[in-house]
Amino acid sequence: MASETQQPNRGEALSPERRRFMGRLCIALSTVAAVIVGIPVVGFILGPLIAPEPDVWRAVGAVDSFKPGETVKVKFLDPSPVAWAGVTAMTAAWLRRLESGDFVAFAVNCSHLGCPVRWLAQANLFMCPCHGGVYYADGDVAAGPPPRRLFNYPVRVRDGQVEILASAVPIE
Amino acid sequence: MIRKIFWQAVDAFEERTGLIKFFGDVMKHPVPPNTGWWYVFGSAVLVAFMMQVVTGIALATRYVASSGSAYDVLEFITYKAVLGNFLRGMHFFGASAMILLVGIHMIQVFLMGCYKYPREFNWVSGVMLLFITIAMGFTGQLLRWDQTAVWATVLAAEMLGRTPFIGAYLARFLLGGKTLGGATLSRFFAFHVFFLPAMIFALVALHLYLVIHDGISAPPVPGEKVNPKTYRAEYEKLLEERGVPFWPDAAWRDVVVAVGVVVTIVALAFFVGPPELGKPPNPSLLANDPAPDWYMLWYYAVLALLPRGMESVFMVAAPMAAIVFLLLVPVLWNKGERHPSRRPWAVAAVLVIVLSIAGFWIEGSIAPWSPKFDAQPLSAALVGTNSPPIVTGAQLFHDKGCEFCHMIDGQGGMRGPDLTDVAHRLSENDLRIKIANGGGNMPSFAGILTHDEFDNLVAFLESRVTIPRAQTSSAAGAAALAQSTSARAADARKP
Repeated sequence: MASETQQPNRGEALSPERRRFMGRLCIALSTVAAVIVGIPVVGFILGPLIAPEPDVWRAVGAVDSFKPGETVKVKFLDPSPVAWAGVTAMTAAWLRRLESGDFVAFAVNCSHLGCPVRWLAQANLFMCPCHGGVYYADGDVAAGPPPRRLFNYPVRVRDGQVEILASAVPIE
Repeated sequence: MIRKIFWQAVDAFEERTGLIKFFGDVMKHPVPPNTGWWYVFGSAVLVAFMMQVVTGIALATRYVASSGSAYDVLEFITYKAVLGNFLRGMHFFGASAMILLVGIHMIQVFLMGCYKYPREFNWVSGVMLLFITIAMGFTGQLLRWDQTAVWATVLAAEMLGRTPFIGAYLARFLLGGKTLGGATLSRFFAFHVFFLPAMIFALVALHLYLVIHDGISAPPVPGEKVNPKTYRAEYEKLLEERGVPFWPDAAWRDVVVAVGVVVTIVALAFFVGPPELGKPPNPSLLANDPAPDWYMLWYYAVLALLPRGMESVFMVAAPMAAIVFLLLVPVLWNKGERHPSRRPWAVAAVLVIVLSIAGFWIEGSIAPWSPKFDAQPLSAALVGTNSPPIVTGAQLFHDKGCEFCHMIDGQGGMRGPDLTDVAHRLSENDLRIKIANGGGNMPSFAGILTHDEFDNLVAFLESRVTIPRAQTSSAAGAAALAQSTSARAADARKP
């Protein structure tokens, strides 16, 4: 009919099967594109979990510089310092030299929520400023909310130097 | 001529974009009558957010997201940059306003039952915006990158670390490694400046779209219940018969309040200024008392006051429970009465939550559980005698850390009981048992004090009786006090 012949050419319509296939193909291709971009992006962000840095021994002073029975703060570089970390690459521990001559290193972090505990030399106690946690000189809980004793770092003596194994922020 | 060219350009723009009609329709869409002043908080939040975007972009033009440099840059912005301190103040008070207004907006929506059918998804998007806003506040505090920020970061990592199974991974993800360092700050910067704002923009767009799609809920009327089967038709009828255009009939109140919010933020920034910068972000400096900004202070207090051993459960379960409960609110109660007078349990719940947060907030601002490390030794006037055991005991009271937790005559900490008149309450024997054994929040001093120190400390505490000031200040009173307490101290030394 005349009316039919005057209709504009709308092109060849896709069959329902082909239309469904094309729709699925678009979704599949988009997914592939998202995955090949997403994997490296997520991998980069999760890098610290995928490739953790090793612990490192750090010298904190000559053996003779620590008196038996005393607890002092020692400062050292964390295990993975980078050039742009500045002062945040520094960390600390409470180092106690026992009467026997052995060394014990306590993390400065309260086992309650990680706040920095202070050593009160005259009271022979560690105290936490945040929520009032108290520890005895040997790191045992004396009072307050801490659920466990102070965390320890491994310590060794090498070539007359006391060394602490710089490791992760203690988190349980 | 110029006017003609201008309108031709406008017409050409509109013909190609349709944006003028689109926004015109949005602004003039009909809303229920008499919405009043309760409906202004949503737009007030939006204005506070816009202020954060503007001031944040300005601050970002100077900020350096490097762990080693950020503190120096902040010092520069605060003390040297033109209007830097003022801009920091605006960004801080803008964040405070946003958090406060989000809370008020949420309470208003809840009390007026605006979350019920058909606006459940808008409530859900609002809940998500609430938590992202808090996350923005927290990451913003960390970008201040002073010593408090550093320890607050450790605190957050420790809290995340309590999550079962994946806690250590979450903590390491937050820190950007196994310790705080070079990767930490740039991570927070990326979250604060890109990731979280992108989520806020997306959710605000959804929130506003749903406001237009479902309409602003009419003010609640006692007895008018929401029935999902008839609500749409009733709402359409209300708009048809009594609806008013949003602009300017309802919007003028939003504008008034929004301007009020802006003026308040600017005034606070000008007259009060931003939070002081703390010491440099050196994790080996331990003389620090980290505390969150004001809006999280109540949670900080909760963590201090929880029964021992409950923290792990509470830190992980409570936020999860809060999120799940808030998301379930419109699922559980999406129909029925909306007016607060017909929903006493809803009103009671809001009152309990608000009063609890206020109570914990006050407690958190006092922080009585924190040892008072800067307490000075008691003065001779407070000791009130020259008796050697008592004077020595008073010095021990300070040196052994007792004063950090106990107060005497208004001096000292608040962790333990006030000992101003402890001799009235505890006998000498009670004091000896308590000091030796400790208990609760007090350590045992049995292995810390020598025999003499024990005696002197008890002698001092035994001298702590309530005596009128006039008497203690007189020489006669002091002598009498010394005589009685010396006798008690001598008795105490007897086997």
